[in-house]
Amino acid sequence: MGGQDATMVLLDENGIRCDGRKIDEPRRIMIKAGGLKNADGSAYIEFGDNKILVGVFGPRDVHPKHMSDTDTGILRVRYHMEPFSVSDRKNPAPSRREIEISKVIKEALEPAVMLEKFPRTAVDVFIEVLQADGGTRCAALSAASVALADAGIPMRDMVAACASGKVADTIVLDVNNEEDQAGQADMPIGYMPSLEKITLLQLDGVLSPEEYKKCVEVGVNGCKIVYELQKKALNDKYFGTKSD
Amino acid sequence: MENKRKYVIPGDVVTTGPFRPEQNVVLDGNKIISTTVGISEIYDDSVRVISLTGKYIPKINDLVIGKVLSHTSLSWELDINSCYVGFLPAQDVFGRDFSAHADELTSKLTAGDLVAARIANFDRTRDPLVTISDRDLGKIDSGALIEISPSKVPRLIGKRGTMIQTIEMATDAAITIGQNGWVVVSCESPEGLLKAKKAIQMVNEKAHVANLTDQVKEMLESKGES
Repeated sequence: MGGQDATMVLLDENGIRCDGRKIDEPRRIMIKAGGLKNADGSAYIEFGDNKILVGVFGPRDVHPKHMSDTDTGILRVRYHMEPFSVSDRKNPAPSRREIEISKVIKEALEPAVMLEKFPRTAVDVFIEVLQADGGTRCAALSAASVALADAGIPMRDMVAACASGKVADTIVLDVNNEEDQAGQADMPIGYMPSLEKITLLQLDGVLSPEEYKKCVEVGVNGCKIVYELQKKALNDKYFGTKSD
Repeated sequence: MENKRKYVIPGDVVTTGPFRPEQNVVLDGNKIISTTVGISEIYDDSVRVISLTGKYIPKINDLVIGKVLSHTSLSWELDINSCYVGFLPAQDVFGRDFSAHADELTSKLTAGDLVAARIANFDRTRDPLVTISDRDLGKIDSGALIEISPSKVPRLIGKRGTMIQTIEMATDAAITIGQNGWVVVSCESPEGLLKAKKAIQMVNEKAHVANLTDQVKEMLESKGES
């Protein structure tokens, strides 16, 4: 991806990255379950400078009716970026990229959600990116999973997501916007921590087989960090105020 | 084996070993995994998770409160606060000799009416079939409808019905609880109605608090004095 900005040091000699993190350190992550009254389930995530709100509805009637499936429920995901989420105004109409991310997140959630329990219904997931700073699909996927749990949709496991990548010839965890633009590779990973299964894996860039293995390993470790925070978010909402 | 209770979220392993998976759990190898946010309970041979969130999913023999949405020439459709609509056939109300041209469905139930009904049949291929031909079932003529979260219905009933008895005794109200989270309260005195409403709302909000029955009792009694 170019590397137009020659003056920026992505990784200095002490192994410190352009935003001061170590190579295996994620950005600051905060997840909150609930928050939206009218949605059946919701979550809010701050993943570095990413700010994403997710609302979940369902299971509910499918409209239009012809989309419904008599054998199973269906999952519908809309990933949308607000016009003010990036520095130049973004056209609010769904772009090619947003349609792709919607599909990718939907397919990453499907192995976890037990849709077969609700035939002829739909579960709708609405993802609104309020502020974007690289790695929104991972942050959105992590938040969507918490929102689905908050809505009480049966799931085999949570889905935690984190990206890894190659920056200045080094495998690093959680690439930010600058590293994504100027780095060599970016690999978003979705992972079910208890089942130890990967539900999302994309790769943009070139890696050698060894680097690839390392990259997956680093990414999965990042997912485990995210998972702990998802757990905490749900515990805080449902068991936090208990008195016994 | 003792009845161990634990807070779980989806994906958590509740226990391992030869147990029968009951509510909100799946068996994966010999691990029993929770599928929802809730409290796990382990009995002698079975495991279940009491969900703390989620919509009402119909179960056969559940008592529900339904609201009439519309009718065809042969049946009514009831909103039962679920992802499916309840299906109430006209024969159930008019009896065997129901005839589609002689009997007018709106003479018995019209849109907006509340009914206490029982889920007669439900499987994944069809919408739930409900019936009102049983004791204590049928159209509800008076009372106030309160909506609570369906996952908190067991809490409102309490252990062996203690919670609901407490509220009924203190307020002289008749309370019908639908498993779908809709509750109808009817009471002679307006004060009793208000008190019962308040108590039900209190259970809905504070479902996770221990000793809630005592707290509700206290609230009901203190209100009575003032």
